[in-house]
Amino acid sequence: MGRTLSEKVWDEHVVRSSEGEPDLLYIDLHLIHEVTSPQAFDGLRLNGRTVRRPDLTLATEDHNVPTLDWDKPIADPVSKTQVDTLRKNAADFGVRLHPLGDVEQGIVHVVGPQLGLTQPGMTIVCGDSHTSTHGAFGAIAFGIGTSEVEHVLATQTLMQAKPKTMAVTINGSLPAGVTAKDMVLTLIAHTGTGGGQGYIVEYRGQAIEELSMEGRMTVCNMSIEWGAKAGLIAPDQTTFDYIEGRPEAPSGDEWDAAVAHWSSLVTDADALFDKEIVLDASEMTPFVTWGTNPGQGVPLGASVPFPEQYDNAEDRIAAEKALEYMGLEAGTPMREVKVDTVFVGSCTNGRIEDLRLAAEIIEGHTVDADTRLLVVPGSVRVRLQAQEEGLDKIFIAAGAEWRGAGCSMCLGMNPDTLQPGERSASTSNRNFEGRQGKGGRTHLVSIPVAAATAIRGTLSSPADLTPATTGSN
Amino acid sequence: MDAFTTHTGVGVPLRRSNVDTDQIIPAVYLKRVTRDGFEDGLFSAWRNDPTFVLNDPSYAGGSVLVAGPDFGTGSSREHAVWALQNYGFKVVISARFADIFRGNSGKAGLLAAQVDEKVIQRLWDYLADQPGASITVDLETRTVRAGEGPDAIEDSFDIDDYTRWRLLEGLDDIGITLGHADDIDSYEATRPTWKPATIKA
Ligand code: SF4
Repeated sequence: MGRTLSEKVWDEHVVRSSEGEPDLLYIDLHLIHEVTSPQAFDGLRLNGRTVRRPDLTLATEDHNVPTLDWDKPIADPVSKTQVDTLRKNAADFGVRLHPLGDVEQGIVHVVGPQLGLTQPGMTIVCGDSHTSTHGAFGAIAFGIGTSEVEHVLATQTLMQAKPKTMAVTINGSLPAGVTAKDMVLTLIAHTGTGGGQGYIVEYRGQAIEELSMEGRMTVCNMSIEWGAKAGLIAPDQTTFDYIEGRPEAPSGDEWDAAVAHWSSLVTDADALFDKEIVLDASEMTPFVTWGTNPGQGVPLGASVPFPEQYDNAEDRIAAEKALEYMGLEAGTPMREVKVDTVFVGSCTNGRIEDLRLAAEIIEGHTVDADTRLLVVPGSVRVRLQAQEEGLDKIFIAAGAEWRGAGCSMCLGMNPDTLQPGERSASTSNRNFEGRQGKGGRTHLVSIPVAAATAIRGTLSSPADLTPATTGSN
Repeated sequence: MDAFTTHTGVGVPLRRSNVDTDQIIPAVYLKRVTRDGFEDGLFSAWRNDPTFVLNDPSYAGGSVLVAGPDFGTGSSREHAVWALQNYGFKVVISARFADIFRGNSGKAGLLAAQVDEKVIQRLWDYLADQPGASITVDLETRTVRAGEGPDAIEDSFDIDDYTRWRLLEGLDDIGITLGHADDIDSYEATRPTWKPATIKA
């Protein structure tokens, strides 16, 4: 019988397997950041161990770095300690680090693909749950805890039980103005936040094939939000074109050998999945969340749901609680929800295509007088590329704040946070209570919805905008 | 991790039950970036009380904690085990441990020895009678011993076989995997040369 894509990649990485024990998997790339690595390095020191493969390890500073005044000493003491510790650990153990101020600094999941380090058929781990992003290239990529970080540092392997397999097939084409973000939010609302628990998911079908690499990363990024262990997409010409010529991509004969192998990484026609979900992209519309988990979403054209409409008591109670926290009244059209802050950024939607799309919509418009728009590039490279294209000027002219690279308001570990009761439309991936700041209320949205919302001050799509009055060409 | 066969050290009676991990080490002490130095937060809420056992010089240098039942309940923080080890404890004896605490202890090399409630009472009485006396914990024979003569205490303790084996061998998860270093070496020898590296050879 044939094998699925994820089974092929898994099998290629088994160092040792023994009946009744988890497989020992080899790890091709280990990404590190300042928040989840300090105790792992300390554990190595206490046991007199070293990093087995510093050449398969990469560190960046992203989670709690400031996006303003990044050339000055970090003001927050905990953040400063964590960053300083990462720098010392990287130096002591010979790990390549891209610190604040470096041209390759940025969110770990933006930096890996951008450097060409993320390639098909790899195993990639990081002490961060959104490591699933790298699955867009046909890699098995997932988040791990600090003890596992130490295990990978010391051995370049991980003990892992083999997950079940699931296929998510998305047929048809996305309508104009509907994005990868809307696709994955629709999927999560369909499955619930636990729907992927225990599975490695392969996304496939026409709508997935038609996505750019960046769109595919947006979809895989949110795999963890419906509970999947990892999500991946078979590599194809789009994938190869994206990687070719990047700093760490193979070249010459090595490139040919790599592409020949990568081309074999597809699910065999007779392979079986443990579970399958089929959706139709042509029916999808701009999608936004109303609640406090990524599964609590509705089309932008719909209204805040009534808790009574849920059959199951648990969902009903969750909805009541969410509405109370979010300060929303059931039945209110989503388009009437007023937003204080719009956040464009994160490893979900902080890449160059995202900023181009946002700028295209915003150009010639002005940000609503009562709304703040924060644009945070996912990496310094993205920031520089955007500046080269003049996108920063468009944002600034519209009244937005143009920031330095990092995770920023995605998790509010740096100074970029919501105030209690403040409402955001955010292109990030989590709308949990307090995620963007204590008492903050988050609506997850796509780039077009974020841009249109910033202009109108209420949840909106570009279709709601009156044509730009100035500066448009 | 150091191998653990037998340990003899000053016994410290902690006459409390249901000591949760927040009492072992409060959350405010968790901001550190190392695995050591947590001893200052150990039982911090009680350390200001001059009558608290750790403030009694008779038990200075204690390394065998004799605690009441349901020790280590609450949050899963690994720091609770580190704090006990950082202070110098090698063994905690109790009539019942919380599962996660027991698991974390085994991983980090702290021996969690489960004994009958009556044994705890006898050990407490003995340590109250002779402050600063030693307790011997023998992992090979799974026995706890204290005192001499007719009143000597000797009883067995429970620990699962796998954890016992790992402690006797001094193996943590990483140690076990490093035991398969040959397999890792041979796997690495077969990796294609075009796989990316962050540092060029
Ligand atoms: S941008 Fe957000 S989700 Fe992504 S790595 Fe940073 S904190 Fe995690």
